[in-house]
Amino acid sequence: MFDFIPEIPVADWVDDLTDWIVETFAFIFDPLKNEFGDFIEWIADMLGAVPPFIIMLLVVVGAFFITGKKFGLAAFSLVGLIFIENQGLWIELMSTFTLVLMASLLSVIVGVPVGILMSKSKVAEAIILPILDFMQTMPAFVYLIPAVAFFSIGMVPGIFASLIFATPPTVRFTNLGIRQVSTELKEAAEAFGSTGAQKLFKLELPMAKGTIMAGINQTVMLALSMVVIASMIGAPGLGNPVVSALQRAQAGAGFVAGISIVILAIIMDRYTQSIYKKK
Amino acid sequence: MPVIEVKGLSKVFGKNVKDSLKLLDEGKKKEEILQATGDTVGVNRVSFEVNQGEVFVIMGLSGSGKSTLIRLINRLIEPTEGSVMVDGEDLAQMDKENLRRVRREKLSMVFQNFGLFPFRTILENAEYGLEVQGIEKEERAKKAKEALEMVGLGSYVEQYPNQLSGGMQQRVGLARALANDPEILLMDEAFSALDPLIRKDMQDELLELQDSMHKTIIFITHDLDEALRIGDRIALMKDGSIVQIGTPEEILTNPADEYVERFVEDVDRSKVLTASHIMHRPETVNIEKHGPRVALERMREEGLSSIYVVDGHRNLKGYVTADDASDARKKEIKDLNEILRTDVPKVPLDKPMQEIIEMIYDTPVPIAVVDGEKLKGIIIRGSFLAALAGEGEVKSDV
Ligand SMILES: Nc1ncnc2c1ncn2[C@@H]1O[C@H](COP(=O)(O)OP(=O)(O)OP(=O)(O)O)[C@@H](O)[C@H]1O
Ligand SMILES: [Mg+2]
Repeated sequence: MFDFIPEIPVADWVDDLTDWIVETFAFIFDPLKNEFGDFIEWIADMLGAVPPFIIMLLVVVGAFFITGKKFGLAAFSLVGLIFIENQGLWIELMSTFTLVLMASLLSVIVGVPVGILMSKSKVAEAIILPILDFMQTMPAFVYLIPAVAFFSIGMVPGIFASLIFATPPTVRFTNLGIRQVSTELKEAAEAFGSTGAQKLFKLELPMAKGTIMAGINQTVMLALSMVVIASMIGAPGLGNPVVSALQRAQAGAGFVAGISIVILAIIMDRYTQSIYKKK
Repeated sequence: MPVIEVKGLSKVFGKNVKDSLKLLDEGKKKEEILQATGDTVGVNRVSFEVNQGEVFVIMGLSGSGKSTLIRLINRLIEPTEGSVMVDGEDLAQMDKENLRRVRREKLSMVFQNFGLFPFRTILENAEYGLEVQGIEKEERAKKAKEALEMVGLGSYVEQYPNQLSGGMQQRVGLARALANDPEILLMDEAFSALDPLIRKDMQDELLELQDSMHKTIIFITHDLDEALRIGDRIALMKDGSIVQIGTPEEILTNPADEYVERFVEDVDRSKVLTASHIMHRPETVNIEKHGPRVALERMREEGLSSIYVVDGHRNLKGYVTADDASDARKKEIKDLNEILRTDVPKVPLDKPMQEIIEMIYDTPVPIAVVDGEKLKGIIIRGSFLAALAGEGEVKSDV
């Protein structure tokens, strides 16, 4: 069908574009790859060097307090973390946690300002919304390809791919949260002579805080879900045993690593939720 | 002297503003313009002046453009046409920075649903206007506390808005507006969300505050009773235009057209008008300074047969009659206390005329209108009847 149209070389174009970007922006990618990569590995190593029981203690005590002095999450965290340690996955857990933390932090640093921009300008919203849709509907694997092209393999490309995949909820929820602030409150801020920045920081962001945190919670969960996928490009962590179990059809090892990821997910989810559900 | 002068102010919502303005020039109605251009006329060529210390009420049915008009005044809504002069500066033409300055220093607004920030304490809410001006924490806390005390909420500073009743929340809204000591208060249906009794309290409180503050207030309401109670002058709006501006009594007695007439026809004057509406400025003598001589002199000047006696704080002490005073002078009595009569017929400021009717016929002296102990005015039989009939000389600004 349509044989009269020659095949359009879209793939070639993208290849060329990627090559061009890699060469042109090498001055950005290389230090990111090297320095930032070293930094992240250093954090992961540091966390790995801390005796596990200290980290367990911090997490459990933290869980007790952020859930309003209830024992549920604290007990779950204790059992879950001991289980992971017991299965010999502690170092992997620390790597994964570092990766998720970094990816989430960067997502927030990028996502919140973009969300603010969107909430302030109809034009920006009209441009950014379809991009977000695109970012979220694209299969996550696809991001690994440019990530590898830019940063070769390891943690940095993993974080890069997570960033693209996990940022949209933070952007969307920030935009939504600010737009939801009632007209009357915005008028009140303006009527008393607030500047744009005063209105943003003294009214809109505090009002939108809960909604933004809900978005960040989703971002963290998405970043975590990227972990297994990022293992395919050599990012260390809990995804690795899953990938190798997949390759060797070891159901047991895969299951144990999978459970560990779920435990981490639940703990991180409850931690981030407790921040925005406080009031 | 007018503090606010609004001239030819219009707001057209929509995309064909030019065409709509042309149609307005041709005298087309709001509905016709909506059909022709799809634009909504919010406010249509409105002009008025508000004087220093005046309570100017804007009244009208829902959708008549009241909220739009008040927001054009502090430019929360950009005017399509016209000018808003505040102390000789045109807000409509101002750049952003000057506009902010005027909003911070001269205009404060009180909102229908209070517009309080839920995550701030009462004190922090009241501080907001000062905070954005960059005033130091201690000073702004001090001023905000004073404002909160003025509205009777001095002990609630640490609470959050959702811990307060509606009436209290609106007091916070009022305190926030008063904290930066503006010349002008803009109040958009400020009491409409409150239930009737609290609403009346708030009206009283506003009037009381106004007695000492002398702010210029633009107050919006769709409630005629409220307008009559608090307004020095009332503007009636319909479809974005002002149909009539006048004192409450002018509006009641001389409705400009059918629209106004329909607005006021349900009003039972004897219920709406209160002692404060129909009272006159009282002639008085001061018991601490004056004796029978002065009292007699005053009564002769004014052609009265009795005169009210107050102390230095205008607290009502009683009255003296001309006969007693001239007797006393002959006997060379110096102290008014000796001839003071204390069987005074007294009513509070907000006593409806209806309830005064019963008293007015069998009192030998005019009825004293008091606010607590303080003498605020007197009601004379003749003008009372005139007011009841909806005509004649009636005063509200004593
Ligand atoms: N942002 C807007 N966009 C379009 N039309 C508007 C806008 N704001 C107000 N209007 C229209 O302008 C007219 C006046 O509205 P406004 O809110 O000023 O009325 P109001 O007298 O305050 O009514 P209410 O008593 O219901 O508060 C209405 O026809 C309304 O639909
Ligand atoms: Mg309104």
